[in-house]
Amino acid sequence: MHDTLPALAVSAHTATSALGRGLAAHVLALQGMHGGLAYNDFSNAPLDCWIGRVAGLEHAPLPQALTDWECRNNRLAWLGLQQDGFADAVRIASARHGRSRVAVLLGTSTGSIGSTEDGYRHLDPDGRLPSDLRRPMIHCLHALSTFVARVLDLDGPCLTVSTACSSSAKVYAMASRLIHTGLADAAVVGGVDTLCESVLFGFNSLELVAAEACRPFDIGRTGISIGEAAGFALLERSEHAPDAVQLAGYGESSDAHHMSTPHPDGAGAEMAMRKALQRAGLDPAQVDYINLHGTATPKNDEVEAALVARLFPVTTRVSSSKGFTGHTLGAAGGLEATLAMLAIERGFLPGNLGCSEPDPVCADHLVLETRSADVRVALSNSFGFGGNNACLAFTRPGIRA
Amino acid sequence: MSTSMEVWIEGIGFWAQGLPDWPSLRERILGQPPRSDAPDKPAAEWLAPAERRRAPALVRLAIEAATQAVRMSGRPADQLPSVFTSAHGDAIIMDYMCRTLAEAPRQLSPTRFHNSVHNAAAGYWTIAARCMQASSAVCAGEQSFGAGLMEAATQAICDRQPLLLVASDAPASGPLAEVIRTRQPMGCALVLSPEQNPRAVARLRLQLGKNAPLANLENPGLATLVEENACGCALLLLACLTGPMRSHCRIPCGTDLALEIETESYS
Repeated sequence: MHDTLPALAVSAHTATSALGRGLAAHVLALQGMHGGLAYNDFSNAPLDCWIGRVAGLEHAPLPQALTDWECRNNRLAWLGLQQDGFADAVRIASARHGRSRVAVLLGTSTGSIGSTEDGYRHLDPDGRLPSDLRRPMIHCLHALSTFVARVLDLDGPCLTVSTACSSSAKVYAMASRLIHTGLADAAVVGGVDTLCESVLFGFNSLELVAAEACRPFDIGRTGISIGEAAGFALLERSEHAPDAVQLAGYGESSDAHHMSTPHPDGAGAEMAMRKALQRAGLDPAQVDYINLHGTATPKNDEVEAALVARLFPVTTRVSSSKGFTGHTLGAAGGLEATLAMLAIERGFLPGNLGCSEPDPVCADHLVLETRSADVRVALSNSFGFGGNNACLAFTRPGIRA
Repeated sequence: MSTSMEVWIEGIGFWAQGLPDWPSLRERILGQPPRSDAPDKPAAEWLAPAERRRAPALVRLAIEAATQAVRMSGRPADQLPSVFTSAHGDAIIMDYMCRTLAEAPRQLSPTRFHNSVHNAAAGYWTIAARCMQASSAVCAGEQSFGAGLMEAATQAICDRQPLLLVASDAPASGPLAEVIRTRQPMGCALVLSPEQNPRAVARLRLQLGKNAPLANLENPGLATLVEENACGCALLLLACLTGPMRSHCRIPCGTDLALEIETESYS
């Protein structure tokens, strides 16, 4: 059913998270095993937990011409677009293909709902949102992609995917489809999610938030630390960037099990990983590194550890980066795709910060400390509420038959 | 401007006030008066009783439309990937969340929190249908129906597999109602196939073009529904399927983009 697809080149990518702004900051933090989590100081009545907060957003307003779009999520999007020459790379692609031939496809779980929350805390005497927040677009998830398309002056297909924590992985699949059917020649993909009370108190209500900095795959793990991030990539047909890392495959599936608990056997997650390998024309033994979903909840890591042990030989090394960045929810797929690509480009295996006693089920696969390695094939796993799974496969060019 | 895509419609589901299914919508488009005996809530009978109790109204609306479309297609529900599209998702839950966070954040309901994700309907559907195929939840503001149709068609064609598209929006409550234009609930679902076969009731040829103002529907009640639901322009496509064998409509799918759709009905 799922044929091997022509690979797409990732001609540019970038990330901004609690680890800093741009790729260099991420490489430095990963290689030095320096995490970005800190004790929670977000919101009016902070919960007793740790968060991965992007420094300086409060003092980084949007430029004057974009004030209609003002909100924390768009501030982070704007900041992310300015790093690593990403916006310039998109301008070159737009000039090459035409602005209506470059799609903008971004994932987010809560978008700019932080502004809606803020409006409800400051209702006017008539019970209405304050006048500066009566901007319909800000209260819609699609604010993110519309804003980014506007900033990058693009006029092609524009969609927002919101499937909780798999959102910004699924946009890579969507871009591949749009380019292969000829509706676009290039696509800006990725995702942005920012800290807000909905997710802090929401995950807290489900008793999934750790009081400590999260410890993925540690036998004593107690839950997630929530973070925020922006991750972006530019996808084009591979002839436009023959030396760039390639999106070789993707897999999507559903657990069909429960709204907020993963399938106990990881059947849906396994299906997504197998489809990604199949589309990429790869065997499990060819995979050098997997950036796991690894949220540090007891259940997610238990299911994912068993899946790794079942599907991959110990030559496949794995880690979760959530001990560095926190769980950036709808941005996690985009952020972690970028980390998987960095592993290939810079030749290292990212460590698994926060884990001192590894879960024995996957201990032989787990990379605890970052180290140099030749990484030719890397996967990135993203699983979300509603049992929504996605897996992306990236390769160094020339790996596939 | 771009290559055209062809997909075939094998099933249609619909729910709005007084229009509980596709046959009653078709009669209405053809000039019949509204039904007075229509149920005022979508049945969503595919949900297991426990799920139906937990599922919010927008989920029940989307699942009712999905169930009708899949039944009409005769396809096994567990074999269909799905794309759910909605401009605002569940604005009633968003109102609840924001109100609770402003007043007593530690009392937030865990069930309402996990129901607040944009892919809630997709999650409940895949559980009800025992479907492990890919499911997605997308949003493109006022262009959510067209953008969802574009994504559904490209997915069906790339994967050479039939697929379920579900569009739904419903009114907001509280202060959010001022910034969300939907005033009437509406759910619409299509089973789309990349190949023609005897199940097909219509063929769609889709091409990207420039956006332009929406066409008007002659029936004033339905024209109001187009106005008052963010995915209401789905009615322009459904109206084509009740008219002459060949027809045409334009459905916005981006700020300056629209799908130019030529339809050919088989019945």
